[in-house]
Amino acid sequence: MWDYTPTVKEHFLNPRNVGDIPDADAVGEVGSLACGDALKLYLKLDDDKDKIVDAKFQTFGCASAIASSSALTEMVKGKTLDEALAISNQDIAEFLGGLPEEKMHCSVMGQEALEVAIAKYRGHEVKPHDHDHDHGPAYPDQEGTIVCKCFGITDVFLKKVIETNKLTTAEQVTHFTKAGGGCGGCIPRIKELIAEVMGKQESEEPRKRPEKLSNMKKMQMIQEVLERDIRPLLWADGGDLELIDIDGPKVQVAFRKACAGCSSSGFTSRVVEQKLRDLVAEDIVVEEVAA
Amino acid sequence: MKEIYLDNNATTKVDEAVFEEMRPYFCELYGNPSSMHFFGGQVQQKVDEARKRVAALLGASPDEIIFTACGTESDNAAIRSALEVFPEKRHVITSRVEHPAVLTQCRNLTQKGYRVTEIGVDSEGQLDMAELKAAVDADTAIVSLMYANNETGVIFPIEEAAAIAKAKGVLFHTDAVQAVGKVPINLAASKIDLLSLSGHKLHAPKGIGVLYLRRGTPFRPFMVGGHQEKSRRAGTENAAAIIALGKACELAGQNMAIENTQVKALRDRLQTELMARIPHARINGGAAERLPNTLNIAFEFVEGEAILLLLNELGICASSGSACTSGSLEPSHVLRAMGVPFTCAHGSIRFSLSRYTTAGEIDTVIRELPPIIAHLRQMSPFGREFLKKQ
Repeated sequence: MWDYTPTVKEHFLNPRNVGDIPDADAVGEVGSLACGDALKLYLKLDDDKDKIVDAKFQTFGCASAIASSSALTEMVKGKTLDEALAISNQDIAEFLGGLPEEKMHCSVMGQEALEVAIAKYRGHEVKPHDHDHDHGPAYPDQEGTIVCKCFGITDVFLKKVIETNKLTTAEQVTHFTKAGGGCGGCIPRIKELIAEVMGKQESEEPRKRPEKLSNMKKMQMIQEVLERDIRPLLWADGGDLELIDIDGPKVQVAFRKACAGCSSSGFTSRVVEQKLRDLVAEDIVVEEVAA
Repeated sequence: MKEIYLDNNATTKVDEAVFEEMRPYFCELYGNPSSMHFFGGQVQQKVDEARKRVAALLGASPDEIIFTACGTESDNAAIRSALEVFPEKRHVITSRVEHPAVLTQCRNLTQKGYRVTEIGVDSEGQLDMAELKAAVDADTAIVSLMYANNETGVIFPIEEAAAIAKAKGVLFHTDAVQAVGKVPINLAASKIDLLSLSGHKLHAPKGIGVLYLRRGTPFRPFMVGGHQEKSRRAGTENAAAIIALGKACELAGQNMAIENTQVKALRDRLQTELMARIPHARINGGAAERLPNTLNIAFEFVEGEAILLLLNELGICASSGSACTSGSLEPSHVLRAMGVPFTCAHGSIRFSLSRYTTAGEIDTVIRELPPIIAHLRQMSPFGREFLKKQ
């Protein structure tokens, strides 16, 4: 059973803004019957054609697809088109109090429908939507080369999602975009794309340890490094880690899944410690606790 | 909220008589059946009695019964043993719709250089017998085919399949986890060499299974160590669970008629009423011979997980072959192998009944499910288009 937040459940059981807007200014349609989820988003603008005054949706999909669509329609109301375009899939997931990682593609579907609707409204060329054939495309990408043939997903789209969500494993990319979730033949290419995006990020902004940190900022940075740099590495080996406490320079962590009880956990602790020293503060000491 | 449990192909309630039978073997009669003293000996006697009860249900001899931890262990042991017994043979035959306990092992074998043939099924989920006949050759170590499918309930012509294997001198194994207790099985008059069953599918607890091994069949143990189970499965016996399974098998034999009359009548009523009340629905495997307790029904234009969670809100427990419930992105491998269109496969729900299912519970599902499908179709862009045309 999926572990949904109360907000996801609420928006699934009592979805807001279901339906269509017959005289909508913008309509965005993504997904397909074959793919297992689809969203048709309707936007109505004010007289100045600037602000979104109404939004409605029709969704075919699971609880998180319905909840993500409901959340999206609530989030865009009252926003200008540019403000709406700034909504990321992470914002949708956060609005819902989080989504299981396997369901993050539902939030991406919402963001994509919004982008398609606004692009069409602004007169940009959008490929006609097609959901009659047996698979995909999951999202109507405008450019790039198809990477995942099962779901019709391009490299341009994948790089965008990898970069926005800081994805580091092929499994995560599948959870967020569906790419690789069919025959799996494109997984090597997905790994290459991750490497390309990560390489680009590293060359663009080499990360350095800050000179001085407030306690609050230091705690935030420790959490960020663990989430961004450490946990994805552990997930790749079937393991995980949980931050238990921060007390001055002492950072207490507990290893989970394959890392729990692993004979190399002492080594892993040192790797975590070194990374935190490199990127946060040089006096950090990592302690493994059983909690 | 009282639950309506219609997910018995996932697991079953432990029968209270079964529980009472096993209860003393935790805190009172806790001896090790392998011990020489009287305290262990009395447990050994009860384990032997259980072995006889299991054998009686299967039409087997007690010495052909090996207790294991679960159906998966039995499946793994059967295939692995065949490959060890015939190291020169490098071919295994199974079907595309097997439970992962068989399918995953077979697919792993391909990475070790074995040749694995997965026999296809038709649109009703029925085995392609011509393909099976053509696949068996001198290099085949074992044919492993399920007795009945866990998702659709479709029953394979297992004796015919066993005869095809035996005609070429090949070992035949069947994963009968879903069939035992629901359909009559008489191994004495069968060509099956190995058969797997699992206790928790027939009102015994989880964590107990059986591998039937026909007398004279060559065998290499999966688990080695002590001399339990005549050195065919080492490890201290799960005595209480074995005793429970014995009682469950005895009751299953007594209740077989109920499975095929009362349970089947309830399943048929559920099927007929849902098909009458919900347009654009189809029965997956509906034209094939099926287990009397299983209904796999697909609703177009809606997605299975959403149906399942709305049923869950009403206390109704079922299962789904949709991609979203499994965490994968593709719907069930069984429905895909049957060629069920994606449009239906995503909206497939499995109801599996037991002898504890009541007519009132079925009436509740018949009443509650149609508005759920209508609600989701109203929300779905494809469903709305369909409803407009109505």
